[in-house]
Amino acid sequence: MATNVPAPRRRPFRWQRVATEAAQYLALTVAAAVILGPVYITVIYSLQPVEKIFSYPPQLYVTDPQWDSYKRAFETGSLGRYLINSFVVSLAITAGQVTTSVLAAYAFAFLRFPFRNLLFVVFLATLMVPWEVTIIPNYQTISTLGWLDSYQGLIVPFLATAFGTFLLRQAFLTVPRDLRDAAAMDGYGHIGFMLQVAVPLSRAAVGALAVFSFLMAWNQYLWPLLITNEDEHRTVQIGLKALVSANIDEFNLVMAGTVIAAAPILALLVLFQKQLIRGLTSGAIKG
Amino acid sequence: MRDAGLIGEASATSSLRVRTRRNARLREALFALVLLAPSIALFSTFAFYPLIKTFYLGFFRSDPFGLSASYVGFDQYIDVLGSDRFHRSLFTTGLFALFTVPTGLVLGLGLALLAHQKLRGMIIYRTIFSSTVATSVAVASVMWLTLLNPSIGIINYGLKETGFEPINWLGDPEWALPAVSLTTIWLNLGFTFIVILAGLQTIPEELHESAKVDGAGAVSRLFNVTLPMLSPTLLFSVVVLTINAFQSFGQIDLLTQGGPLDRTNVIVYSIYTEGFRNFNEGVAAAQGVALFFIVLTLTLIQFRFLERRGFYGN
Amino acid sequence: MLKQRGAALPDGWSKPMSRIELRNVNKFFGDVVAVRDFNLEIEDKEFLVLLGPSGCGKSTALRLIAGLEEPTSGEIIIGDDVVNDVEAKNRDIAMVFQSYALYPHMTVRRNIEVPLKTRKIPKRERDELIAEAARWLDLEPLLNRRPAELSGGQRQRVALARAIVRRPRAFLMDEPLSNLDAKLRVKTRAELVSMHRELARTFVYVTHDQVEAMTMATRIAVINDGALQQVGPPQSVYERPANTFVAQFIGSPPMNVVRGTLVRDGEAFAIDVPGGRIPLPPSLGPTAAAASRADLLVGVRPEHLSFDGGPVRAQVRVVESLGHERHVICDLSPDEFAIVRLAADEPAPSVGDTVGLTAHPEHIHLFNPETTERVS
Repeated sequence: MATNVPAPRRRPFRWQRVATEAAQYLALTVAAAVILGPVYITVIYSLQPVEKIFSYPPQLYVTDPQWDSYKRAFETGSLGRYLINSFVVSLAITAGQVTTSVLAAYAFAFLRFPFRNLLFVVFLATLMVPWEVTIIPNYQTISTLGWLDSYQGLIVPFLATAFGTFLLRQAFLTVPRDLRDAAAMDGYGHIGFMLQVAVPLSRAAVGALAVFSFLMAWNQYLWPLLITNEDEHRTVQIGLKALVSANIDEFNLVMAGTVIAAAPILALLVLFQKQLIRGLTSGAIKG
Repeated sequence: MRDAGLIGEASATSSLRVRTRRNARLREALFALVLLAPSIALFSTFAFYPLIKTFYLGFFRSDPFGLSASYVGFDQYIDVLGSDRFHRSLFTTGLFALFTVPTGLVLGLGLALLAHQKLRGMIIYRTIFSSTVATSVAVASVMWLTLLNPSIGIINYGLKETGFEPINWLGDPEWALPAVSLTTIWLNLGFTFIVILAGLQTIPEELHESAKVDGAGAVSRLFNVTLPMLSPTLLFSVVVLTINAFQSFGQIDLLTQGGPLDRTNVIVYSIYTEGFRNFNEGVAAAQGVALFFIVLTLTLIQFRFLERRGFYGN
Repeated sequence: MLKQRGAALPDGWSKPMSRIELRNVNKFFGDVVAVRDFNLEIEDKEFLVLLGPSGCGKSTALRLIAGLEEPTSGEIIIGDDVVNDVEAKNRDIAMVFQSYALYPHMTVRRNIEVPLKTRKIPKRERDELIAEAARWLDLEPLLNRRPAELSGGQRQRVALARAIVRRPRAFLMDEPLSNLDAKLRVKTRAELVSMHRELARTFVYVTHDQVEAMTMATRIAVINDGALQQVGPPQSVYERPANTFVAQFIGSPPMNVVRGTLVRDGEAFAIDVPGGRIPLPPSLGPTAAAASRADLLVGVRPEHLSFDGGPVRAQVRVVESLGHERHVICDLSPDEFAIVRLAADEPAPSVGDTVGLTAHPEHIHLFNPETTERVS
């Protein structure tokens, strides 16, 4: 049995590895529980009658789910209307941002024109102007245009994005020169090259921008709060605030409204996690 | 004669479409302008013009009813920026940043380190850890409004069960800002986690391997390999979180409305109340200008970090 | 590839003359001269190879013809037209790129279809043309794949199909074989030659590989430092290089070039080089003398030197065996050496031996040391 071959460095015993993994899973699960805790409580409160919520000690599981609160959130809280508004506004902003960014990024990446670099810096400079700084003149502008309480007012100010332009320009710049030359020989004009080659090749970045834009638009708070005063154009975030102020003691209703407001965007996260992470980290990590 | 010449010229190039070089250049520049026009128009209308207008509005003092305004030059800037109220608001915002940024960073780093392992089912944990990035400030605030509720809130229940006095989180001047900070930390955790995890994933595996070969333990590797390599990402996160803190509004509006006793009256909430509740546009504008310079400074710092990152990437 | 060679060529191949001419063309990138004072006429249906080291400007010259770059000065003429102001897509020229430049997100069919679609050719006609090109290049089973699913050789054929499908009057190729493995390269070389013959179109082909140039070209244009060095059929460029650059760039191992002095040796002329004296043949002596300078550069290819106790003394430094031949590197002096090529079965001297070299008199080249131009 004995050999003279020196034994390779010993791996840890099997039980040691199992213990390490178990500890890791335990830590992960505890962390997940803490992060999901608020969500869990929101969901169970939304399914309990108010009396039960006020009982002491609180019941932290649901025995008899009451879906009535969701129905009421749609009925008395107009949440259906708010959701539609949020979808309309977010989709329009997403489509607009992708469009304006594709166009501008194409110019910066593929066209030669005077003051190109200077203009690019000017674009980036808009990143340094926080929306919160300019709300007063912007409110005045929207008011002058008669766009208070309107979809235009919620959408138009956000149709251009320096971040998106930057992101797509970087993506366009990775299109190989040979491919641009081949396209020129093949007879593509700029529009053809943009739509048939540059955008399809950059679809990862375009996807990241789209998901990112939708998320930002859906979660907006300050601006829709300022310019919407009636249900007709209110987004779900502001609707949620209205629901809270009107029904402060009906916790099940408020929690049901919260779940409704959060659900679409959480679904988006699960479906498009890759794109979202790409969008979020492209500012921090190259590519 | 002349016509013949033209015909002759045309026939010489009949098989090919000719376009003069200067024309081509001009056409390209014009086309670029067309592509850029939507963005330029929007940026001018909703970023540059209002920025200048904000500076301008700061020179005018509104009457108490917000009906008319008179030019007062720099007086208002001096008054507002020198006022106790503004200093307190600035202090509150700074404190808010101090409460949220370091804690958020450490928690985000911890989560990222936990999730940066090759274990089965990790994708589920990563999705959970990043989930708050998709949560809006309104949703998060309303959730925590319930959690922090003095009578039904689960947090006070926990305190009572473990023998502590319950706390009137949002009503107590001492506890309101920490309570808002707690909400904010939770809200930002997903973003911080995603950014730091992405940073971890760019650290080459060989560095860990070679440290292992050199006999470094897990703790030593964390401090000698991981954290130094991660430092640009961490600095980036600090700046972004700080900028976020200075721009926070929603959680204040939903949880405390700036109170109690102005203890959560952060700068954006102050701009909002001055501009849209008290109709002191000039005062709000002057505060906006101050906020602009704060965020500008932070953004410039961020650009510096991003520039330096360039050396690490590729 | 080209299995259906028997098949008749598709219609539409009767084209106007596709003579290409570069007239006094210069191209600067800022201060960098990429192409300098180029005058080159490419005949209709010729297979012209632009040959030179990397960075010599050969690709720029090709891109100028393609219309991908604008000349700083000079004229580019295709057929009878000055095309300086004609966009690339309207020059009726196709190009094959080193990287093949296939659209990665499109299937093979769509890749080949692009130049037809942009020219608004009706769908039915497009389908026929694609089918023909695919049959020609043996791509039929691959039409629905994407480039990522193809081998290098298959991608190259797709690139060729995309070029021929629109029946241009000339083909430009930028190092199209350099991404293929050695074996496939040899095969494709032969195929490109027969393709050229069958398409009967002008080919302009850029390479740094002298073997490709020698085997495929009807004429070679050697380029160095942005300037044209010599244009001619492969054999004549090889046999009568116009200057020392061409002499040493073409041929492997490169031509030996050493400094020498022209002397009279009785009736005849000879040349003194380090290690000894090389007699010049009667055909060369007088021309050399007519150059009216005594110092010259003497060039002899490695295969034109032999160890037969000749007049030039040298010491063997290294003997390299390549299997089918051997290269013997001999020192003529402390700082001059010569390479001698031997067939594998010829006897080779040993390292350290002192040998006598003979240069075959009819294969001696003389160059002016100042201009490096050929004398004669």
